Formats: sequence, C-alpha cells, structure tokens
Amino acid sequence: MLNYTIRRLMFTVPVLLFISFIIFLLLDLAPNDPTGNLPMTIPPEVRQQIRESLGLDQPIWVRYLLWCKQFFINEPLNIIEQWFGIQIGDGDRLRVRSWATRSPVVDLIVERMPQTLWVVGMSYVVGIIIAIPIGVISAYRQYSWFDQAGTFISMVGFSVPTFFTGVLMIVVFSVWLGWFPSIYDTTLVVEDWSSFVQQVRQMAMPVFVLALFNAAQISRFMRASMLDNLNQDYVRTARAKGLKEKTVLLVHVLRNSLIPVVTVIALNVPQVFGGAIITEQVFKVNGLGQLLIIGIQGADIPLVQTLTFIFAVLIVLFNLIADILYGILDPRIRYD
Amino acid sequence: MTDATLAQAGRNRAGRSQWADVWDQFKTHRGALLGMGFFIFVSLLVIFGPWLWDIPPNYIDIRAKNQGPSLAHPMGTDQLGRDTFAQVLAGGRVSLLVGVTAMALSLVLGTLVGVLAGYFKRLDGPLMRLTDLFLALPLLPLLLVIIMLFRDTLRAAFGPETGIFILIVFVIGITSWMQTARIVRGDVLSLKEQEFVLAARSIGTPSHRMILRHILPNVLSPIMVSATLGIANAIITESALSFLGLGFPSDFPTWGRLLFDSTNFMTLNPERVIWPGLAISLTVLSVNYIGDGLRDALDPRIRGR
Repeated sequence: MLNYTIRRLMFTVPVLLFISFIIFLLLDLAPNDPTGNLPMTIPPEVRQQIRESLGLDQPIWVRYLLWCKQFFINEPLNIIEQWFGIQIGDGDRLRVRSWATRSPVVDLIVERMPQTLWVVGMSYVVGIIIAIPIGVISAYRQYSWFDQAGTFISMVGFSVPTFFTGVLMIVVFSVWLGWFPSIYDTTLVVEDWSSFVQQVRQMAMPVFVLALFNAAQISRFMRASMLDNLNQDYVRTARAKGLKEKTVLLVHVLRNSLIPVVTVIALNVPQVFGGAIITEQVFKVNGLGQLLIIGIQGADIPLVQTLTFIFAVLIVLFNLIADILYGILDPRIRYD
Repeated sequence: MTDATLAQAGRNRAGRSQWADVWDQFKTHRGALLGMGFFIFVSLLVIFGPWLWDIPPNYIDIRAKNQGPSLAHPMGTDQLGRDTFAQVLAGGRVSLLVGVTAMALSLVLGTLVGVLAGYFKRLDGPLMRLTDLFLALPLLPLLLVIIMLFRDTLRAAFGPETGIFILIVFVIGITSWMQTARIVRGDVLSLKEQEFVLAARSIGTPSHRMILRHILPNVLSPIMVSATLGIANAIITESALSFLGLGFPSDFPTWGRLLFDSTNFMTLNPERVIWPGLAISLTVLSVNYIGDGLRDALDPRIRGR
C-alpha cells in the first residue's frame, strides 16, 4: 500500500509543475500588455521603467523560476510563520501581490475561502445525503415508478445548468414568494438565534442548487453500482444463509457498492469548486469563484494565475485521494 | 434458385442491416425518441424561424419595453423593447452552431488521439500522458482565462462576432476531447486483437487503410455517443461563458447571453429569464436523452432487453 501511495505521489509532482508552467506560459504569451490599461499620458520611458519594475524585461524562464520560488517557497513559509507565530529568516520575502489591490494574493484568498467552503462543502454533503438513498432504492426496485421518477429527476438535474436553476429559484423564492434573500450577505455574523436563521435562509438557495446538481450525478453512479452488485453470487449466498433482506442490502451490497461511488465523490470535488464559480456569481456569494471573475475582468494576472493554479492543485490532490482511497477499499486495484 | 431470387434475398437481408437493428432498438426508448423529436423541432425552428417570425432581433421599439407575453410578442420584450422570441430564435442559431461545431472539433481531436494511441504502440504512452495532463487542468477557470487573454486580438483579426465564435469553439473543442480519446483508445486496443484485423494485416493492408476501413467503422458507436454528450457539454459551456459575461457581445444574442442580460431585470420582468433558460435546459435534456437511447441501442449486450 505504501509503495502504491508513493508511486502515485511521485506522479503528481511533474503534473503540477507542468500545469503551473502551462498557466504561466498562457498568461505570458497572451498578446495583451499589463501596462496597457495605464493612461496614455505616461511617457514611453516611464512606461518602460514600470515594465522593468514589474520584472517583465527578463527572459521567460527566469520569470517562471522566480514565480515558482515565490509560489512554492515564499508563500508556504509565510503561512507557516502566520500559523505558528515564528520568524524564519529575515521575513522580508517577495510575495505574490495582486495588481489591482496591491495586497498579497494569499491574504485575498484566505479572506474568501470560508464562504466558498461553507456553501460548496454544505451543498456537497447535502447532495451526497440525498443521492445515496435514492440510488439504493432505485436499484433495489429497478423499473418501478420510484426508479423512473428518480432517473428522470437526475437526468433533469444533470442537464439543467446551475445558472438556470439558480436564477429560477431566485425568481420563484425571492421575487414571487419572498421567502429567501437573493443576495448572500457575507457581513452577517452568527451570534444569536435570529442571525443563525438569517444565515440558514441565505445559504438555502445556493446550497440547494449545487446539491441538486451533485445529487443527480452521484445517484446515477450509486444506482449503477448497486445494480452491478445485486446480481452477484455473494448476495445469493447471503440470502441463502437466511440473512434478513435489510442486512443483505444495507450491509453486504451497500458496502461493496459504495467503493466506486466514494472515488467518484472524491473525483468530483474539484469539479464542484469549478461549478461553484457560476453559482457564486448567480447568488453574489463573495467566494473564490467570484474573486476569479473579478480578477479576470480586471486583468489581474498574479491573482488569476494563483487561483487557477489552486484549482489545478485541488484536481490533482483529489485525484490522488481517489486513487489512494480506491486502493485502500479495493485491494485488487493496488497491483503490488 | 435463380439469380434473381438470390439477388432479392440479398436485398432483403441488406434491409435488415446493423443500423436498422439499432434504429429498432432506439425506437423502444421513449425518452430518446421524444428527445430526438424535440431536438429536430428546435433545430428547424432556429434555422427557419427567423424567416417566419420577421421581427429582427435587434429592432428597438422603446414604447413597447418590458412587456409580458402577448400576441404581438409571445415571449414579451426586453428593456429596449426588443422582441424576446426573435432574440431566442437568433440566439438558438448561435448556441446550436457553437454546440455542433465545438462537438465536431472535439470529436475529431479525440478520435485522432484515441486511434493513434490505440493503434500505434509507440504513441500510446506519450498521448495518454498528455490526455491525463489535460484531464488534470482546471477547465472552467482556464477557459475564462484564455478568453480574457485572446478575445481582443481575435476580435481585431476577424471582427467582433466571428472572432469570438472562433475563439469559443476552439477553446471548448480543445478542452473536451479527452473522454472521447480514452474510450476510443480502449476500443481500438481490443479491436486490434481480433481475427479480422489479423486477416487484413496478413494480406498486407497498410496502416492508414487499416484505420479507415477496419478500425474507424467499428469504433463509430462510442464516437456517436460521445458526440451527443459533446453537444450538450458545448452548449452548457458556451452558455456558462456568456452568463459570466465572457462570451459573445451583448448585441449578439445567444441563449446564455440572453439569460445573463435578463437577470438584471429579474424583479421587474421575471418571466424574461425563463425563456432562454428553458431553451438551454430542454435542448440539453433532449440531447442527453438521445445519448442515453443511442448508448442502449448501440450496445448489443443489452439490446432487446
């Protein structure tokens, strides 16, 4: 198992370096000019000085290595310093700074991380909780009306994009019925019961929209996986032993069917973060996705680079987690 | 038996070709049939509709702004008095065109990579590592970044609409070929071991003819299924990009763009958001159902169940 894990880990390092290089190259080779938005009245020699101060006159590989140093050495050291309150070296390191706000990119991300994690994480958990029972019942009563309805709803949840479900929910529940606020208020501090209710109300719609989308995918996987297992010999053996149907279903079949589903759940986490970009935009949640959109609209290249790379890290990380989980849960996969 | 009856029998057997079987099976899937009917209906509507409904989508009638559905404007009007129905029709043209072209591009790329990786052992390693790398890219953020960076250049080169069309089709195509490549590679690998391929090779068939005559026709069914998924994916991605304000310019309607523009008038004119959203959702749903039916019909193991 250790061998397998190490082999997987070894593969992630070149992948991450390659992705970081692609992101760097993409932003670097792009035809626009970071000083292009500055006023036309700036004389060319001053403009040249600005470019030099941004380090744009150096060859591309120097800038890539410097960016790597900033990203992989300076920023982690800063985080360690902040967490443990210790001083490593002289503490005066060049940080990745946003061009728009002049503050370190990591600080901006840390500010916005909780909102995204709350909304995305909650929706994922809710989605899984909805999806697994639906998948189990659909498979157990295959071709029943419940199965037909479940398949149809998951098809709809899968096909209807989140920006339409979100907008539709706002129209129905905020505009027509007035039950939920349409805009997520981040300044709200949960301190008593009424503010807690307020928080639940404003989270309800974004969480539900994302949860529906996740549940649609996961319940289909769950159903297929259950169906694969229900016809296996060990199920017949379990029934022949005289076990109760409930035990057969919930202990024997469910456990084995969850193995592929768990990996799918892990694999989908980054995709959910990607989908949250749109949902955050719909409900005006000021999370990471909205930060990315703001950065893109303002051509804030360091911010966009860092965020895109964080999304890439998430994908690689959860691929790794899925692989390792699969190896732990299903020893046949390990090939060692 | 005379030659004439033999020929007759041959023709009868030709009538029950593989595709007739597939069609018979496809017909039993009610959702797929409905989806196909709806998709054809929407396609015909957006292709011929603008000739029948002759209000131009950009015609501004400011006195009739923000109206609800009526006989003159079946889907109401927007804040400048433009007819929403005409805009949805015009937007559908672009959205479907983007969907189909991007799907074609990603299919060509995916099939090419899949066949090359499956057929030539030497290319398998590098091409599949490339596929893995592409699968590890954060696609939506990258799409946004690419569009932000290259939008202005392409607009200057090809004009505002054509430039952004080329860009969007290109980025969607280039970021969605990986699944097709993987499936095609797997099928090619198993096909390569079959006797008919060995027979063809033993009479000296060159590689390119082997691929075109023997391999490609046999991997057609997974390609067709990924084609339907590709259309659905491309339509959703294009709408998402337009919805985030990074797609087509606003005087050039697409379904995503219409939805994005109407969200600002949600309290004033809530019906307006429904039409483009409904168009996107129903089209994608129908395409997904077609894909579902095709997958069932093309898989001989579950045929006739």
